[in-house]
Amino acid sequence: MSGTFVGMPAFPEAAHEAVHNTTLRGNLRHATHTIRAKRANAVAEVSDWAALREAGKQIKDHTLRHLDRYLVQLEESVTAAGGTVHWAADADEANRIVTYLVKATGESEVVKVKSMATQEIGLNEALEAEGIRAYETDLAELIVQLGNDRPSHILVPAIHRNRGEIRDIFAREMSEWGRPAPEGLTDTPAELAEAARLHLREKFLRAKVGVSGANFMVAETGTLVVVESEGNGRMCLTLPETLISVVGIEKIVPTWRDLEVFLQTLPRSSTAERMNPYTSTWTGTTDDDGPQTFHLVLIDNGRTDTLADEVGRQALRCIRCSACLNVCPVYERAGGHAYGSVYPGPIGAILSPQLRGTGSEIDSSLPYASSLCGACYEVCPVAIDIPEVLVHLRERVAQGGPVTERGGKVVLKPAKGHAAERAAMRAARWAFSHPGALRAGQRLASRTRRFHPRTLPGPGRAWSASRDLPALPPEPFRDWWQRTNGGRTDGGREGTK
Amino acid sequence: MRVALFLTCVNDTLYPDTGRAVVKLLTRLGVDVDFPMGQTCCGQAHYNTGYRHEAEPLARKFSDVFREYEAIVTPSGSCGAMVRELYPRMGERARAEGRGDGLARTLAPVVPKTYELTEFLVDVLGVTDVGAYYPHKVTYHPTCHGLRSLGLGERPRRLLQAVKGLELVELPGADECCGFGGTFAVKNPDVSAAMGADKVRNAESTGAEVLCAADNSCLMHLGGTMTRLRTDLRPVHIAEILASTEEEPLV
Ligand code: SF4
Repeated sequence: MSGTFVGMPAFPEAAHEAVHNTTLRGNLRHATHTIRAKRANAVAEVSDWAALREAGKQIKDHTLRHLDRYLVQLEESVTAAGGTVHWAADADEANRIVTYLVKATGESEVVKVKSMATQEIGLNEALEAEGIRAYETDLAELIVQLGNDRPSHILVPAIHRNRGEIRDIFAREMSEWGRPAPEGLTDTPAELAEAARLHLREKFLRAKVGVSGANFMVAETGTLVVVESEGNGRMCLTLPETLISVVGIEKIVPTWRDLEVFLQTLPRSSTAERMNPYTSTWTGTTDDDGPQTFHLVLIDNGRTDTLADEVGRQALRCIRCSACLNVCPVYERAGGHAYGSVYPGPIGAILSPQLRGTGSEIDSSLPYASSLCGACYEVCPVAIDIPEVLVHLRERVAQGGPVTERGGKVVLKPAKGHAAERAAMRAARWAFSHPGALRAGQRLASRTRRFHPRTLPGPGRAWSASRDLPALPPEPFRDWWQRTNGGRTDGGREGTK
Repeated sequence: MRVALFLTCVNDTLYPDTGRAVVKLLTRLGVDVDFPMGQTCCGQAHYNTGYRHEAEPLARKFSDVFREYEAIVTPSGSCGAMVRELYPRMGERARAEGRGDGLARTLAPVVPKTYELTEFLVDVLGVTDVGAYYPHKVTYHPTCHGLRSLGLGERPRRLLQAVKGLELVELPGADECCGFGGTFAVKNPDVSAAMGADKVRNAESTGAEVLCAADNSCLMHLGGTMTRLRTDLRPVHIAEILASTEEEPLV
């Protein structure tokens, strides 16, 4: 993945700031709770939701299992329809290809459809370095771009901003990038949307090159699909002369029929709508209509390595609906930036450490950024068992083991900083395997209980800084059981009460 | 029926009253309860922190200790979920790693016989009115593993509703995690504490005196948060409420 977020502190530190930022927490809480309730209703309307979810899971699993075959089929279909397919192993290669393709048109600016893939590879920054300006046209992306900010949500990248903040950003920054914001702009949604519309319209009409991602690619026909709410994406897909689509290789579905499932589950899971307001499909090029040149850049960037992992590969089923973010209590409090990647929330916590590896501090902290409450798994429309993958990745961090890196098997050492924990786990396992030792420990604790503090020293301090420890009982249960024969006799000595 | 109490290491050490309550309750309902002394810990903390290999011997030990019983009852949704949901997964992983069927075969017998307490009462004994008396206003927090891994559903609420004198009030945001999550509370203290505080405030807003749950780990986290926030709420395990009677009330 790209270097966009390099230098992020590990999750607990990054979250510390967010937890204490009351504006951010208020914005997030309001937004996620609203969409959460709506999603639940939209899902409850569908009588066969469980079957749709299972179908989505199976289609994705089948496709991933035969990814090699479907990718070849896709390339053939796209080529036959007049498009050109490019393969990129990593972010650098993808950026080089896109930069080259834009330069070949002689243009120095592009309009962009909101796309996670281009953010993942840091395309805007790469283009900027080559003197090409990329204009985001999705409203929320525009807010992030104008605010010189980072996205914090998959679907609503500016979810951490409120209306007042957006007004200020528009008033301050729009003139730098094109048409300025109208005089006296207020923070009413209608006025903000109108300001964005006028600002963007100029770009649509002028741009000769469009850059997009895709939600799906249909192997049998070489068709790409984008679903969106605003219609700005459709403008970018149809007006420019050249269209470059940058898509992760896992976005394939075999046939048009398969779309039926996802076009029902995606909108309900993401925006709580029955249907996406705009569903655009494009297949290669067509005479006198739409872009006359079409390039598809297929990116791997860690995906085949992820695919090699039996437990972790289910993360590639993700259709980026963001339902898991909206229900996640950790995301709600930590905010999207704390995850240090374009993929925040529960899916980010399992995807980023797989795509990027667990080598960095932030990536090795992400599998622990969850209480394993399971709310994400419950809402996921393709049934990704996120808690299962989190625990699997914790194992990788804590104990090391075999992983696939750039196609080759390597054996990872345990991540740094886990030695004390590992020793404690081993000691606890030993004590638990020897009930006598456990009992001696319990008794010692009970006898010395007057000396036990309500706060902990060392690493436990973090816990007891905001919570009191329970008082130790005078007698563990097993002693009571033995003394009273399971409560059948009173055992002579007064027990716990 | 030979029923074993699997109390869990946390309850044994820190919450013996919950264990006594389970014994009292089940005995009252005519169940012959045994507490196998060889029991220790199901291995959940190890497993969920990423130490599956340390958890394996504990799972084997669990199976050794409990396999002969007809039913294994535990007053912990999360340890119940460890046995029912994760033991089979440990077996599968061992198989996938080419270590054969041994672990899966060792663990299989205990999996279907392990019940969380409220499940055992409602599904196995077929009772919802256990003859309890508890004249207090109570709100119920369905803990995550009980709710999502075991699917306890309405069972605990139905049991509480049948308790004489008890007024059950709905907890806003009941399904949201309290923020304990085992080692999560230590590794991400800020987020964990914020989640706990929100849960306590929601419980407070109901005007209840007691916050009840079927897991002492979550109650420990919430109880510790309550004393810090200086609320009048008390954390009480559901087993203690169900064990309380007019003759021997829980104070
Ligand atoms: S993991 Fe599931 S819920 Fe989360 S964004 Fe992906 S598809 Fe949606």
